[in-house]
Amino acid sequence: MTDRLIYLDNASTTPLRKEALDAMMPYLTTEFGNPSSLYPMGHHAENAVAEARDTLASLIGAKSSEVFFTSSGSESDNWALKGFAHANKGKGNHIITSAIEHHAVLHACQALEKDGFEVTYLPVDAEGLVRPADFEAAIREDTILASVMMANNEIGTIEPIAELAKIAHEHGVAFHTDAVQAFGHVPIDVDEMGIDMLSSSAHKLGGPKGVGLLYIRRGIKVDNLIDGGQQERGRRAATENVAGIVGYAKAAELAWNEMDAEHDRQLALRDHAIKRILAEIPHSKLNGSWESRLANNVNFSFEFIEGEGMLLQLAAKGLCTSSGSACTSGSLDPSHVLLAIGLPHEIAHGSLRATIGRDTTMEDIDYMVDSLAATLRNLRMMSPLYEDFERGNYDSIIAGYAADGMKNVHA
Amino acid sequence: MAMQYSEAVMDHFTNPRNVGEIECASGCGTVGNAVCGDIMRIYLDIDDDGVIRDAKFKTFGCGAAIATSSMATELVKGKTVQQALEVTNKAVMEALDGLPPVKVHCSLLAEEAIHAALWDYAEKNGLKIEGLEKPVSDISEHDHGHVELVENEDEL
Repeated sequence: MTDRLIYLDNASTTPLRKEALDAMMPYLTTEFGNPSSLYPMGHHAENAVAEARDTLASLIGAKSSEVFFTSSGSESDNWALKGFAHANKGKGNHIITSAIEHHAVLHACQALEKDGFEVTYLPVDAEGLVRPADFEAAIREDTILASVMMANNEIGTIEPIAELAKIAHEHGVAFHTDAVQAFGHVPIDVDEMGIDMLSSSAHKLGGPKGVGLLYIRRGIKVDNLIDGGQQERGRRAATENVAGIVGYAKAAELAWNEMDAEHDRQLALRDHAIKRILAEIPHSKLNGSWESRLANNVNFSFEFIEGEGMLLQLAAKGLCTSSGSACTSGSLDPSHVLLAIGLPHEIAHGSLRATIGRDTTMEDIDYMVDSLAATLRNLRMMSPLYEDFERGNYDSIIAGYAADGMKNVHA
Repeated sequence: MAMQYSEAVMDHFTNPRNVGEIECASGCGTVGNAVCGDIMRIYLDIDDDGVIRDAKFKTFGCGAAIATSSMATELVKGKTVQQALEVTNKAVMEALDGLPPVKVHCSLLAEEAIHAALWDYAEKNGLKIEGLEKPVSDISEHDHGHVELVENEDEL
């Protein structure tokens, strides 16, 4: 083991920013009042929530009255899909989403199918992009809602949201996007992009865990998911997570202020990692698009090895990363996203995701690639598949890709 | 889903014993398949008295798969063929101070790999080993078949 700790799992969660914590502290200590209370401490909390709502709304070009706080990105996705579907049942029965959505969207859709709705799960291309023509072709007379994520959490592919939303509106279909991974990383303007509902989560951008938001365009009918008190203008009951909401707004404000510079910095780190891996590690494949990709996402498949062993060896070197391997997900199947972009199980099991954060340095990236190369040599030495490959008894899948002219592979 | 391995598993995963191949092995068995994400290959060197002089392995799989292969090869070394049959998945798991429930199938695969190597040895030498049945989880015969080896699907 090593004392070194390099956190490269920022798509999973991020450290809370100091400025966000400082902004939160009063509401965790002296200003602990309930925003619904009538005495001054209640007003202070109420004002803090209102201010945070104004901040977050202005960042995405929304009105404050269109922003609702929730407990998480998952709750926001569930609320958007289930709330909209049930409120608009009279208009139609059909929903469109993509095969690579987060489980919060996919499983909410499956729940709606049990309630009698029909859902189309659009396939994606080899880079994880939803094809606008497929999207348009899937729209039916009875389609009421479409939900496509802004950027994918595993492979970082950025979807053509504005184009898809435009098509949806031409057919009178409302458009929701799960922007959990994109929020704070790429510019978002709900009007320019034609977004009717948007989900986001604070802890993906340096805010605290346990708070998210759902943007609901004025005029969009959505049933409540959580009934109770009159919080969030009667749309979402539960005492506000005042400190969390304040920290969320602070982190988002900082992310927007620093977006251009931080995006370029992360992009340089990402591209350095991708180039080094493709140059130095054989039997590797970049997953997702290189062009339409979040600046913080590196995702590779490595042949002849299994992902969990790789993660554990990297963890022993102080590296925190993740994998789409079945062994790390608690199921027998590898990631649905990697299968949806057409990877066979064999190389979907051997995937690695490293996601860059504000604290990541070039030195960290070089250490990661060096450690990865050593880990893969070690695991391949142990691998019966590699033994068979070297003896000419096993055909490399990635070599097949290279022979077919696929980009961004090292056979 | 975070999962905790015992120190013994981490030790055998980090410093696996008996990695490698045996040239002209007395018996070699491969079980599992790449689609499921686990393949184990065990080589055995067995002397004329039927004693396992050496065992080596190669494994494609998770940390538990590598650790169980390492432990299984350690446990069979020095044993007779008959004694090696007593190295069951439970024995491997106990020697590793347990496995998380979702990883129990790795120990079953290790037991199966030993049986496959012994079966190969018996076939090469025209022997019948009492209590040894033809292994079922060979990659050449099975496509996506070792799912049923998981003891309790609810634990997934």
